[in-house]
Amino acid sequence: MVAVFFLALVAIAVAAYLAGRLKGQRLVAAGARLHSLPTYHGLFLAVACVIPMLAVVVAWTPLAPRVVESRAIAALPADLQPKSELEHDARLREARLVAVGQYAGAPSPGLAAAGEAYRSARAAAEVLLLALGIAAAAGGFVWGSRQLAPDFRARNRFERVTKVALIACSAVAVLTTVGIVFSVLFETLRFFGRYPWHDFLFGLQWSPQIAIRADQVGQSGAFGAVPLFVGTTLVMLIAILVAGPVGLFAAIYMSEYATPKFRAVAKPVLEVLAGIPTVVFGFFAALTVAPFIKSTGEALGLSVASESALAAGLVMGVMIIPFVSSLSDDVINAVPQSLRDGSYGMGATRSETIKKVVLPAALPGIVSALMLAVSRAVGETMIVVMAAGLAGNLTFNPLEAVTTVTVQIKTLLVGDQEFDSAKTLSAFALGFVLFFFTLLLNVVALRIVRKYREQYD
Amino acid sequence: MTTMPQIDLAGAGVQPATAVAKPKVVARDVNVHYGEKHALHNVSIDIPEQAVTAFIGPSGCGKSTFLRCINRMNDTIASCRVTGRIELDGEDIYDRSLDVVQLRARVGMVFQKPNPFPKSIYENVAYGPRIHGLAQSKAELDEIVERSLKRASLFEEVKDRLDAPGTGLSGGQQQRLCIARAIAVSPEVILMDEPCSALDPIATARIEELIDELRENYTIVIVTHSMQQAARVSQRTAFFHLGKLVEQGPTEHIFTTPEDKRTQDYITGRFG
Repeated sequence: MVAVFFLALVAIAVAAYLAGRLKGQRLVAAGARLHSLPTYHGLFLAVACVIPMLAVVVAWTPLAPRVVESRAIAALPADLQPKSELEHDARLREARLVAVGQYAGAPSPGLAAAGEAYRSARAAAEVLLLALGIAAAAGGFVWGSRQLAPDFRARNRFERVTKVALIACSAVAVLTTVGIVFSVLFETLRFFGRYPWHDFLFGLQWSPQIAIRADQVGQSGAFGAVPLFVGTTLVMLIAILVAGPVGLFAAIYMSEYATPKFRAVAKPVLEVLAGIPTVVFGFFAALTVAPFIKSTGEALGLSVASESALAAGLVMGVMIIPFVSSLSDDVINAVPQSLRDGSYGMGATRSETIKKVVLPAALPGIVSALMLAVSRAVGETMIVVMAAGLAGNLTFNPLEAVTTVTVQIKTLLVGDQEFDSAKTLSAFALGFVLFFFTLLLNVVALRIVRKYREQYD
Repeated sequence: MTTMPQIDLAGAGVQPATAVAKPKVVARDVNVHYGEKHALHNVSIDIPEQAVTAFIGPSGCGKSTFLRCINRMNDTIASCRVTGRIELDGEDIYDRSLDVVQLRARVGMVFQKPNPFPKSIYENVAYGPRIHGLAQSKAELDEIVERSLKRASLFEEVKDRLDAPGTGLSGGQQQRLCIARAIAVSPEVILMDEPCSALDPIATARIEELIDELRENYTIVIVTHSMQQAARVSQRTAFFHLGKLVEQGPTEHIFTTPEDKRTQDYITGRFG
């Protein structure tokens, strides 16, 4: 039924457009000089029909279900009439199941009547919606076509509608961000209501299992997040130690040394690396890299955990190489050729030109590329879930298992959770810290980029 | 000077190979191709020492291309192919054994748009001496920087702010900084590719004055679109048209009694 409504919407929009354009063309044929092209007359008329029709849906959505539900409840016999909110919902659920024919067993006659009432009321509501919608569209059409005249500013009117639509779309993105920030913020504040924030930020012990019985061992419910921050930092540092030099040198080769032919092949291939799903990187880390590091380490007489920060960091480093190389490549290419010519003209070699002119000029952009890569690494989850481990060890040894903020968020929220325990709420606090950190990195990176842009303008 | 154009034996074009007393750069039958495009046809020219030679001609005539052949800047363009012979002090600069880095230290270049490095004024000038190891000590480097800036008549304006970024100077100052940067490695020849085209008339006048002073110590080749400029600063002028060197000779001769019809049309403003 919804599909029918939207098909009608599209059909009416097309018809109104054609009618409006035709009217515009007739006016032209009659010798009038139009303010706007006939196409804009058509577009204006289509919009004049579509907006009232959509307004009907918007008004209908919260209103109609209530009417339908009250009909269903009214159809119940006196002995089944709900006495409480809970009963009301239960009856309604049953009536709905009866209506769609999925009620298990045979419904009582009273319930069957309610189901029937529900079904018929809903069918009537849908027909009514369609009728109202078409009526609204017709009203819009009549109003719109009365407006059409040679000096009517159809183009300006339509463009105003377009602008509102554009504003609405950008508002969606902004409001979503704001909404997420606030929902995380409120849950975080709830967590800090149960657990002191300084213990969270500076506590050295992470063991989020809360004791159910008083004498339970090892279930302390300690939420000191420092081991997670240290683990995250450790993995991130290893990743950036891999991706920084490799990505940067790859970018230098691509932009300064590679022949155009090689570049045309190699650059897309490198960027394919960015398209590999992180879960694939994750099992690559857990099943190939980690065992390799373990056996190599043992051959050298080191004790290596089977899940190590090193394995996760290495693979994450490989994952973010394309970010570093692709962004740095763009930045290096943005250095004007005239600077290179100036350097070559002085008798500098290519290597001297890169070291002394190109890289210093591109440095701010390269730094911001690294920062974007870091914020990407900090937020990455799949690889560390599979390869870094779960134990909240406070260690700087890359050969031991560590855990990261993202891994703990995932662990805390997987499975059935009650949403009022400190354990669950701590995930929001972790999420907020993570969000704040990456936001900070992005802001700093963007500021650096802006400063860099001004340099050549 | 004969009024009869000499026809060279290859029959490639009319080129009066006017002899020059002390040639610094000698080019013979230089051809340049950019991929399929034949950009320069059989250019032969002698460039005298300690004088200013101007290349004039309409856009796309090959004058900049030829200029860039003299310090092999065309090497940076992949599709570019140069044939023929260019000698600097009798030495073939396209010889395999020649190091292009050394050549460019001897033949400096100033570009159309001022292109100071995004470094301090001091570092801009010290760049060349540093990469060529011309200064043994900081004091020596300071001296080279100061001398170069003085020769480029920029020192008085910037002596209090040598640490300020070179990109913060005005356009004319930037171009003089680029000239100072080129002078700092003590080149023998300075190539200038339309050095004043991005500057206002006052800055242009200062650069022209400077070029006249520099002539005492350097061989200068300048590409220009302004015929007045060529007439003001140069001792010899070469006119390029459609990839050919049409006519060359002493500047006053080219501007007063040109031999070729095309030269006459160009300098009287009939085309280009």
